[in-house]
Amino acid sequence: MRCAVFFRASRSLGVFGILYLLVSAVGGLVSLPVMAASTVDTFSFVAPDHEERYRGLIAEIRCPKCQNVNIAGSDAPIAKDLRVTVHRLLSDGMSDQEILDFLQARYGDFVLYDPPMRSNTLVLWLMPLLGFVLVIGIVLRMARRVPQASELSADDALKLQGLLDRSALGDRSTTENNT
Amino acid sequence: MPEQPSGAQATGVDATESFGRGRLFLPLLVFAVIAVVGFIGFYLGDRKQLPSALLDKPFPEFRARILDSQATGGPERFATRADLLGRIVLVNVWATWCPTCRAEHNELARIAESYGLPIIGVNYKDRPELAQQWLARYGDPYDFHIEDLDGQLGIELGVYGAPESFLLNAEGRIVYKRVGDINPRIWQNELLPRLTAMEFFNR
Repeated sequence: MRCAVFFRASRSLGVFGILYLLVSAVGGLVSLPVMAASTVDTFSFVAPDHEERYRGLIAEIRCPKCQNVNIAGSDAPIAKDLRVTVHRLLSDGMSDQEILDFLQARYGDFVLYDPPMRSNTLVLWLMPLLGFVLVIGIVLRMARRVPQASELSADDALKLQGLLDRSALGDRSTTENNT
Repeated sequence: MPEQPSGAQATGVDATESFGRGRLFLPLLVFAVIAVVGFIGFYLGDRKQLPSALLDKPFPEFRARILDSQATGGPERFATRADLLGRIVLVNVWATWCPTCRAEHNELARIAESYGLPIIGVNYKDRPELAQQWLARYGDPYDFHIEDLDGQLGIELGVYGAPESFLLNAEGRIVYKRVGDINPRIWQNELLPRLTAMEFFNR
């Protein structure tokens, strides 16, 4: 059903319309983890920029227990512990990268929503690109395949002309009747 | 099959026809891809079992109070990483609030009793008095327990849920990590072969 809507939309929107929709959809997905930040802890921050950095960090660290939420948005006890840890490390004067490295050394690549590009994460990185190329390919092919007007046989052309003539006559007769 | 058609036009027809037939298999292909991805995602490996970043790494440095497991009220004692060295040990992160820890308790007791593997408890985010009651009721097969009241040692260990267990060699290096309960299957398939390879039984 959704497919049919997509195909119909592709005809009315054209290639660029579809691309625009895809790009905006992907953009929406990317911004999701940031919006999911919900839990509130009461921390005091030593430096003025710490609070902002803290918010940024807990938004990009993934909760190891709940797996699909960042530690900002999770109520799991381990997420709270990790938030406390991030705050402690910030107060210790660690840089953002040092804090991410600290957690990565203990919990692995999994805790980072932005995993490093390595041989075992390559698939993760290339999959969206592959999907994107695939979709563009499909859209382009669909756009190129404009329904062709098929040649009429001489017999059919004659029949069609007859029908057209008759309807034209009919039209004139109805307009005459109306006036 | 009819006779083999000949001529340019005929091959043209053939080509479009085979293309059309190929399209028939497209849904099957899509299904196959989804099935393979689903199989990998759902059946191969435990998704809850994250690969540990600490494998083959030294057990982290720490200094923690030793749980007064007998509730003797004696003087405070502390343990450090040095207390884990010099022998093969199983470090088991547990808590009284963790039902799976209760479930694995008998297996840990069996392992300690029958095979003499020293087990060191990390009483994770718990209250000492509750831990004392728990051990008094269910028995204490552990060598000793260290307290991790605020879970900071847990974070050093990459713990995200009790129970978790770490097998350490005599140099204090983590050779195996298990998230979840130690059960007879894990003992048979994971711990026993590693202990054998480390010549635990030859000493």
